[in-house]
Amino acid sequence: MKIFKNLLESVKPHFEEGGKLEKLYPVYDGMATFLFVPGHTTHSGAHIRDGIDLKRTMITVVFALIPALLFGMWNVGYQHFLALGMNETVTFLDQILFGATKVVPMVVVSYAVGLGIEFGFCIIKKHSIEEGFLVSGMLIPLIMPVGIPLWMLALSTAFAVIIGKEVFGGTGMNILNPALTARAFAFFAYPAYMSGDKVWTDTSLEAGQTLVDGYSGATALGDLAVKGTTHLSPMEMFIGNIPGSIGETSVVAILIGAALLLFTGIGSWRIMLSGLLGAITMGLIFNAVAPYAISPEQQAFMAVPFWEQLLLGGFAFGLVFMATDPVSAAQTTRGKWIYGFLVGLLCIMIRVFNPAYPEGVMMAILFMNVMAPLVDHYVIEANIKKRKKRIQVKTA
Amino acid sequence: MSETIKIKRGVDVKLQGKAEQIYADAQMPETFALKPSDFPGVRLKLSVREGDTVKAGTPLFFNRDREQVKFCSPVSGEVAELVRGDKRKLLEVRILADTTTEYVDFGSADPKTMDRDAVKEKMLQSGCWPLVRQRPYNVVANPERSPKAIFISCFDSAPLAADVDFVVHGMDKEFQTGIDALSQLTDGKIHLGVDSSANPSSVFTSCKGVVLHKVKGPHPAGNVGVQIHHINPVNKGEVVWTLNPRDVIIIGRLFLEGKFDARVNIALAGSEVLKPRYYKTVIGTNIKNIVAANVSANNNRFISGNVLTGTKIKPEGYLGFYDQQITVIPEGDQDEFFGWINPGFSKFSISRTLAGWMSPNKKLALDTGMNGEERAFVVTGEYEKVFPFDIYPVQLLKAIMINDIEAMENLGIYELAEEDMALCEVVCTSKTPVQKVLRQGLDLMLKELGD
Repeated sequence: MKIFKNLLESVKPHFEEGGKLEKLYPVYDGMATFLFVPGHTTHSGAHIRDGIDLKRTMITVVFALIPALLFGMWNVGYQHFLALGMNETVTFLDQILFGATKVVPMVVVSYAVGLGIEFGFCIIKKHSIEEGFLVSGMLIPLIMPVGIPLWMLALSTAFAVIIGKEVFGGTGMNILNPALTARAFAFFAYPAYMSGDKVWTDTSLEAGQTLVDGYSGATALGDLAVKGTTHLSPMEMFIGNIPGSIGETSVVAILIGAALLLFTGIGSWRIMLSGLLGAITMGLIFNAVAPYAISPEQQAFMAVPFWEQLLLGGFAFGLVFMATDPVSAAQTTRGKWIYGFLVGLLCIMIRVFNPAYPEGVMMAILFMNVMAPLVDHYVIEANIKKRKKRIQVKTA
Repeated sequence: MSETIKIKRGVDVKLQGKAEQIYADAQMPETFALKPSDFPGVRLKLSVREGDTVKAGTPLFFNRDREQVKFCSPVSGEVAELVRGDKRKLLEVRILADTTTEYVDFGSADPKTMDRDAVKEKMLQSGCWPLVRQRPYNVVANPERSPKAIFISCFDSAPLAADVDFVVHGMDKEFQTGIDALSQLTDGKIHLGVDSSANPSSVFTSCKGVVLHKVKGPHPAGNVGVQIHHINPVNKGEVVWTLNPRDVIIIGRLFLEGKFDARVNIALAGSEVLKPRYYKTVIGTNIKNIVAANVSANNNRFISGNVLTGTKIKPEGYLGFYDQQITVIPEGDQDEFFGWINPGFSKFSISRTLAGWMSPNKKLALDTGMNGEERAFVVTGEYEKVFPFDIYPVQLLKAIMINDIEAMENLGIYELAEEDMALCEVVCTSKTPVQKVLRQGLDLMLKELGD
């Protein structure tokens, strides 16, 4: 570590005022504080501080994403060889290696583009580099289908960072969750690459390989929305060896991440719990009214047991990792209950009522991101009213 | 005794170096000082010059806007130095003390037989008045107003705090007389908050003319602001006064003996103190003799007050006007290699992102490191865990940052003092300077609306 220290000290003069690379100081500062938490001491107010900082908070979320990432890598390989009918002959290692060759470039592109733009903005604004993108950069590849071309991923990331975040003032100021903004952009700009039943599995063929007859790469949700049934079992949906966006399929892996977030206190248990309750509520309502739906497909979709709805699509991933984003979620305690409940409720509602786009969780969270300040506003107004009432009671 | 007030939200930061309940001897220092920075929101005017001789109770400076509020010397001697800082701002008025203190004689009197104005006049003249502070704003009370109630917190729940029961031991008579005097100043009640988990001193339990409230829970349960909020919160247009028990005793002595006798018992605590003990001293004392030869040779921070709200002073600095302890902890000015991912066994956190959660009862030797850099607000729900008020802390801070007076008022700024939000500052992931921001808001309100 002495080597790093000396290295940093030796290049520092170039980045300081008057140095050749003066303008790149935020980048130097970012690197230096990444290697060493600076020995700043308290100068006003409390003399002792909590050991946590934003870097630690963000890295904890990244750790929580790792099970979903690793599972996603394996599943990409598994689905690929499944489509080729080769899973009997290939090994676990083949599957994970194939997945890694697809997923790692996506992660690299997402981080490179996102951090590049963040650094650029920091240089222009002369800010220190903030850590928000550490999480967004990991989330973005995990909520994309494996078939998306890298340049689309890059463009979506750029859109999310610039329009979703930096125009509002950077980390902590954004209204929408940046990762979901990236996905929404990709979805509306390139719908052919973001929906249907072709994009979820990598079906690139090498010489001599063919697809299995009658292979369908549709997701469970896609099947249900179109046909009202799916060949995938709830157990498969729980384990996650099914087609879908890279990180969203495995409820088990997501639950491991959720456990870490809840245990460390980084993720809001209120949002997760109320989101779950919201989804269950809507699921039960649909179960009750299923016989009255218009089409037989919709009847069948509505009749899907409420607990199975929780395993479908990106609900679990969205609720655990995206709805709980503290910046774009409601910020008051009561607001979080309302916000989470509505995320869950809307997610199930959108997926059932919108056959063109069954993935409801993205829309539900983005919509509630927009509504969160309103929810908070009314929660706070109620608090203010209560305080004003205190005076009236006395004077009366 | 009324029902126990239960405080749920808060946290006790467990630190090493709690003072043992023994009084140690320290030689009286040569100099004492009053620091104008202890009295926020007051525009001061000096009434002495360097070289003047003063007695204990002689005014050193007064409030320019309200001349009857005088700040008096705690000891007798000679005005040795007027220490000034940038723009000639007055920082300290130092007194070179006599070996035996001479007091100005204000005459003893029985407060029960006096009327409100007479009690007030006596306290104003003698320098006892600044001991009384008011909410809103947590500044020296405005003597022209009558508070709806007076609150005295009889225990200190802050980390390494002095045991109030111990330091007031045997001063029943002084305390009772002080309470008698204060009860002339309000039409409301005098509320005492005592710790429900301890056995409060008879000084408090046998006191007459007060309402006792048992308070239970982690810090900030001992903060008077928390107790006010749960007993009789401050609304717009209302004012309550607050005192520390030791200040009531000083007021009691004024009426019993006719002098401004600013002797106090303080604790010396902190992980860098070799033998943490209690000391008998006087307000404004130079801490040199107390800390000399009793702290480690490391790079230390000396704090007048506790680690949450105290003021950084030099090893030869002076005890603050309201402070009841001196704390010495190590400076944390070392860069930390990959510090943001270190397990952090010896660090404090209310989250479980550091390994400290495995040993929740371990006493820590925390240093003054920030453990990170200042960032925009990101994490939510954090302040609420340690802030036992029905107030939205982050929203209030944001209102202060944009100078929105109406929002500050609506969101309940009148009830708060810096100490009430100190824990918010400690736990903040984004390292927001909470107490500083709150003080800015309070100062702005005071300037715009007056007290």
